[in-house]
Amino acid sequence: MAAVHDDHAHGHGHGHEHGHDDHAHGPPKGMMRWLTTTNHKDIGTMYLWFSFSMFLVGGMMAFGIRAELFQPGMQLMTPEFFNSLTTNHGLIMVFGAIMPAFVGFANWQVPMMIGAPDMAFARMNNWSFWLLPPAALLLVAAFFVPGGAGAGGWTFYPPLSVQMGMGMDMMIFAVHILGASSIMGSINIITTILNMRAPGMTLMKMPLFVWTWLITAYLLVLVMPVLAGTVTMLLTDRHFGTNFFNAAGGGDPIMFQHIFWFFGHPEVYIMILPAFGIISEILPTFSRKPLFGYSSMVYATASIAILSCIVWAHHMFTVGMPVTAQLFFMYATMLIAVPTGVKVFNWTATMWQGSMSFETPMLFAIGFIFLFTIGGFSGVVCAVVPVDIQVQETYYVIAHFHYVLVSGSLFALFGGVYYWLPKWTGHMYDESLGKLHFWMSMVFFNVTFFVQHFLGLAGMPRRVPDYALQFADFNMISSIGAFGFGLSQLIFLAAVVKCIRGGKKAEAKPWDGATTLEWDLPSPAPYHSWVTPPVVK
Amino acid sequence: MSSKAAATLLGTLAIASYSGIGMTAADPYQLNFTEPASAIATQIYDQHIMLLWICLAIFIGVFGVMLYSLLNHRKSLGYKAANFHHSTTVEIIWTVIPFIILIAMAYPATKTVIAMKDTSNPDITIKVTGYQWQWGYDYLVGEGAGISFISRSTTTLDQRNNKAPKDEFYMLRADKPLVVPVGKRVRVLITANDVIHAWWVPAFGIKQDAIPGFIRDGWFQADKVGTFVGQCTELCGKDHGFMPIVVEVMEPAQYTQWVAEQKAQSTAAVVDVNTVFTLDELKAEGEKVYAGNCAACHQANGQGIPGTFVALDGSKVATGPKAEHINIVVNGGKAGSAMAAFKHLSDVEIAAVVTYERNAWSNMTGDVVQPSEINAFRK
Repeated sequence: MAAVHDDHAHGHGHGHEHGHDDHAHGPPKGMMRWLTTTNHKDIGTMYLWFSFSMFLVGGMMAFGIRAELFQPGMQLMTPEFFNSLTTNHGLIMVFGAIMPAFVGFANWQVPMMIGAPDMAFARMNNWSFWLLPPAALLLVAAFFVPGGAGAGGWTFYPPLSVQMGMGMDMMIFAVHILGASSIMGSINIITTILNMRAPGMTLMKMPLFVWTWLITAYLLVLVMPVLAGTVTMLLTDRHFGTNFFNAAGGGDPIMFQHIFWFFGHPEVYIMILPAFGIISEILPTFSRKPLFGYSSMVYATASIAILSCIVWAHHMFTVGMPVTAQLFFMYATMLIAVPTGVKVFNWTATMWQGSMSFETPMLFAIGFIFLFTIGGFSGVVCAVVPVDIQVQETYYVIAHFHYVLVSGSLFALFGGVYYWLPKWTGHMYDESLGKLHFWMSMVFFNVTFFVQHFLGLAGMPRRVPDYALQFADFNMISSIGAFGFGLSQLIFLAAVVKCIRGGKKAEAKPWDGATTLEWDLPSPAPYHSWVTPPVVK
Repeated sequence: MSSKAAATLLGTLAIASYSGIGMTAADPYQLNFTEPASAIATQIYDQHIMLLWICLAIFIGVFGVMLYSLLNHRKSLGYKAANFHHSTTVEIIWTVIPFIILIAMAYPATKTVIAMKDTSNPDITIKVTGYQWQWGYDYLVGEGAGISFISRSTTTLDQRNNKAPKDEFYMLRADKPLVVPVGKRVRVLITANDVIHAWWVPAFGIKQDAIPGFIRDGWFQADKVGTFVGQCTELCGKDHGFMPIVVEVMEPAQYTQWVAEQKAQSTAAVVDVNTVFTLDELKAEGEKVYAGNCAACHQANGQGIPGTFVALDGSKVATGPKAEHINIVVNGGKAGSAMAAFKHLSDVEIAAVVTYERNAWSNMTGDVVQPSEINAFRK
């Protein structure tokens, strides 16, 4: 743990360049500051900028995909390049954009919200971040090696992934590095939350965002090693003569799927639980009313996490499982709707008879509840095995997971950024820009993805670069929506940059309904906060 | 014609084309599943409708409440916030009711799952093999046993690359559809030759992964005559999107006739393995085999794709010892290579394509490979 300071109250809001005690001249300037920092705020900032740039890279790939799918026929690229775009769009968004963004939030917010001065393992925190840029470089560089980037889908099933060239090996190494980063980050988060809460903050007094990250971190340490294992088996099948996934050698390609999805299903809950946490902070603030059913929300989150570990084969309903297995996984998957529904009802009850205002964070929170629930409905549809036999590997599934990941996770991230920007920067963001970003995203997102439900039901498979003529109209609509959605994200960039550079001065508590500890700190939060922990009643 | 009559005619035509009576291309604004053509597909269709109604009810309930709240519980309207923040009763209610709704959904679904898995008592058994990138059908048991062929998409590269016009069956037709009789229970044994594929016919409600080295089974029973189309639904490489499944369902009498025709053709087509062909005959046949099996990767001009698919024009294998060339075509490339094994092709086809490759583009070996050499090689 960092050196204990005597009780200097650092509450004078002098920003980042003012340090005391063990760095009397402030943190290093320039590049060295960012390379060597062990400060959770600096590291959080780096995670957020990294994830945003990965979001733009993944977004460019989505542009390529939707541009090719704009019309029937192949206009822009070869089918194999298309496959590498879909593969890397998925990998970069999951591992490069969404996950690091949530870790960035964890870094910035968890210590401030529990009254801790920093993360438990501040130096390991630095290493967790700096592993990410080389991994991202590996993924992107794979496009330029002979054979191109991996093109087996983000799920890279063998034997197809055994056939691929060097790009697949680079992908495997990148996944290893990203996994290591996540595991270290999660150990850090768990240790911090369990050991460094301010006196008086019992577990059941923690903000829900902290709870959701505690639970998410446990899921991460449970499943990331499983991914590492399966990806290593793929590597040895490719190069060292093993036959884990090769039937001719006594192995089983389906074993890969089991092991991958044992990681993969909890992974998607890893990507949504912190989002639930962010929404659970924003909603009470702008409803000026406490979160309804706090303990239910904690138990629901824990139930979702536990259930998420026993449903993995619902990604494999067409693989040829015995009846009993199909039924078990169907029932278990449908069961997850219960705690998830409980959360939606609790959020609605939080809003009910509140005194609401609709600043940008609240708009994103409400948009989240509305659209994530739609994603939940299509999820229940997918869970019902007979129906899933028809929709598996079609655009219906793509519509489902984009509703929960984009209008779910991503909207929560946007909401959280607007919510906490005043605390991070000391300025209010431009509310008109924020609202414009929200409405453009809302409209274009639905134009892009709602029609994909119909495409899937009508029979269009996924991961195809071309399609029969009857799918042309909805594909064109979807592509137009995608271009609009992508361009709208530049509004977000503009809003964030503008806020960092200046804007109306933010008070310590710019949101009158806010109640958590970070709002007792000045805005911007001092470089070292809660050096003396607060006492929580 | 009076305008009223014209309007009626137009309306009827519109409805006819939308309902598929006109047998034209499908509805570009189709919102739901393909029209079912089997009992299982009908059960699936109906269960999906039920799910949609339930979702609609929940949607209206939850978002009705939310909308009311958004409109009325606003600070700008002077509404003062209440302070309640928990209620165990309410939590129990909204845990139990969704649970009951889920049971209502799961009950009919369970019955269908059990029915889908019951592949007993088939009338006909067919083995389906997924290849990169086409389907192979082998009729094993029942009427038609012994018939065997490969089914490839009829969509051309020129159509795909916008050099030739796309007809209404673009991406939707194969040269040799799977043919089955209506009203008969067909069991399909599904496997693959190289990577994982998946065999899907939406109208029958059957989808099954094709896994190399394993056989999985499924069944379907078509209750309508017609042509039904599906697609490969597991990413299997570059031409994953271009290997359609086409099933033609015939009246039993028609089917019997088709079986007889197939048997006659294959008897006539059996070539004595010791036949000696001329170089030109082999090259002509080989060019066709190449176009249907090899050009996808090695390209029509034999140049391949640098870094990904080896060029055959001027390659050491195509101009070096015949045995090595034959070995790669029959047994595939070394472990992990994308070059699949093509031993499923006939001796004549392999002899022809190897001869073609050794004498096409700038390759001028003058080598002739006879079917008997392939036959001997296989031993």
